[in-house]
Amino acid sequence: MNILTDTSVDSISTDETDHLTGDLLEISMGPQHPSTHGVFRMNVTLDGEQVVKLKPVFGYLHRNHEKIAETESYLGCMPYTDRLDYICSITNNWAYALAVETLAGIKVPERAEYLRVITGELTRLQNHAGLIGFLMQDMGASGTPLMYAFREREKILDLFEALTGARMMCNYMRFGGCRCDLPAGWLDGAKKVVEGFPKFLDEFESLLKTNEILMARTQGVGIVTKAQAINAGLSGPMARASGVDYDLRKVDKYGIYERFNFRVPLGEVGDVYDRYMLRVLEMRESVEILKQAIRDLPEGPIMDPGTKIRGFRPKAGEAYGRIEGPKGELGFYLISDGSPNPYRYRVRPPTLINLTLLEDMCLGHNVADIVIILGSIDIVLGEVDR
Amino acid sequence: MDEQLKSELRRQGVVATSLQELYNWGRKSSVWPLNFGLACCAIEMIAATMARYDLARFGAEVFRPSPRQADLMIVAGTVTKKMAPQVVRLYNQMPEPKYVISMGACAISGGPFKQGYNVLKGIDRYIPVDVYIPGCPPRPEALIDAFMMLQRKIDAQYLTGPGRPRHLDAETPSEFVVPEFGPHDLVPTSNSEVWSVPLVNISNAGKNEPGRD
Repeated sequence: MNILTDTSVDSISTDETDHLTGDLLEISMGPQHPSTHGVFRMNVTLDGEQVVKLKPVFGYLHRNHEKIAETESYLGCMPYTDRLDYICSITNNWAYALAVETLAGIKVPERAEYLRVITGELTRLQNHAGLIGFLMQDMGASGTPLMYAFREREKILDLFEALTGARMMCNYMRFGGCRCDLPAGWLDGAKKVVEGFPKFLDEFESLLKTNEILMARTQGVGIVTKAQAINAGLSGPMARASGVDYDLRKVDKYGIYERFNFRVPLGEVGDVYDRYMLRVLEMRESVEILKQAIRDLPEGPIMDPGTKIRGFRPKAGEAYGRIEGPKGELGFYLISDGSPNPYRYRVRPPTLINLTLLEDMCLGHNVADIVIILGSIDIVLGEVDR
Repeated sequence: MDEQLKSELRRQGVVATSLQELYNWGRKSSVWPLNFGLACCAIEMIAATMARYDLARFGAEVFRPSPRQADLMIVAGTVTKKMAPQVVRLYNQMPEPKYVISMGACAISGGPFKQGYNVLKGIDRYIPVDVYIPGCPPRPEALIDAFMMLQRKIDAQYLTGPGRPRHLDAETPSEFVVPEFGPHDLVPTSNSEVWSVPLVNISNAGKNEPGRD
């Protein structure tokens, strides 16, 4: 590679491959690019087809989320969390509600905890389904897998709409519980969707699991080793695909997750294929959790009666609330000075931290692999740039 | 031509049309949008093209990644000040005739993020917008409705005369000024050719218009 600068006589080597090296090419991928999942830009330096350097450029969707939150009331921040990771709004609500509950010491009623698990796991299902569709789209399977994925996603969005009134921006959780109880017949509809979901996964898997093109494009591409994953602080499916047994639902046991019987799938190699398969397996586990939660859902209140939502003023202090979001550890760090709005409001976005290893994953691979590697990280720019 | 005569002729197997009708019919039935998503609304835009809502029924399923092949720009999401020059540049790169749908509250006015220091308060400050869709995010049905509205707009365009669209008028420019980063804000802060500061009659505000506050 250093043939461009090295002019000494020794550099005229007898290596046969040397005469094939030429100038390096710098290209800018994004911010308008069909496969960068939003407005993300990468300055890629290429040697032929191979990536020798990759520099991500952020900030095209910096919407001042954290600064705006400092001027809003605690309740007023809730709709903004929907728009962080706009594909899974309910888990964002949950993480924020958990942070405020930790800050103010609020207890959540039993039924509300169950509702949170049900809606949260449904969010995980639709996020992973969508992601797999987009990953296939990036790989060149234009349209069809994404259509299958969105067909399932629409069913879950219908449930969200019946429950919260919105398809995407649900704004469902409140500190101390949930905003509204289930409408009549919702649970039967949810049961139907949950029971039908494994059929979709079987169909999807039989089409893609042993697909030769998929395997050729994804196996051995974008490997993250276990040590790398731990050192970079990866979380969620990214870390687990590299074999790191770290799932906050098991580690933190937040909410009522210790009551459910589910497994945590782990990858071995840490390549794109592992990340893809891990999501499929995770969806199966989510279905199991959903079945148990729907079966055990108790009656009772959905809001803690002692919590004052409007005019909410927690005591001075600080708290960190984190959950296992579909993309990784989503955390909110709040500092209160006793006023009605947060003094400091910080989001720990899982996708930004998972994105830090992008260059290490892409080096040495072809330029066409970048979009697949990026797709397998599962980024959402609303969360990366905030 | 008289509509009654036209339908009478059609019954006899004779189709009579004008060049304008044929031209507009062709254009409105194959609008190719630019494959370009900014934020949350882009997900609903994708949902609109998927099997359930199926934007293909209106001839707009071909999302082109290159602005050179696109007729319609759907500004789907928050335009930040870092992204605004790119959006305008993409618009300039599109060939005429070109249209813009401003999708969602953010693209119209900045939406919930309007108070943010990095958020552009509406893409119509720099490029002319044909259809606005309110909502956060608008449902796919709303996008389809906006699309049908755009089709009606294309259908009503004249080929000649003073009311003819921009691409048939050599005098009118089809490229717009690309903003740049200045010391405090984008320079210029808006394009006066397409946007002017809305005037509100303060003395009458809230008196006879119950919807305004």
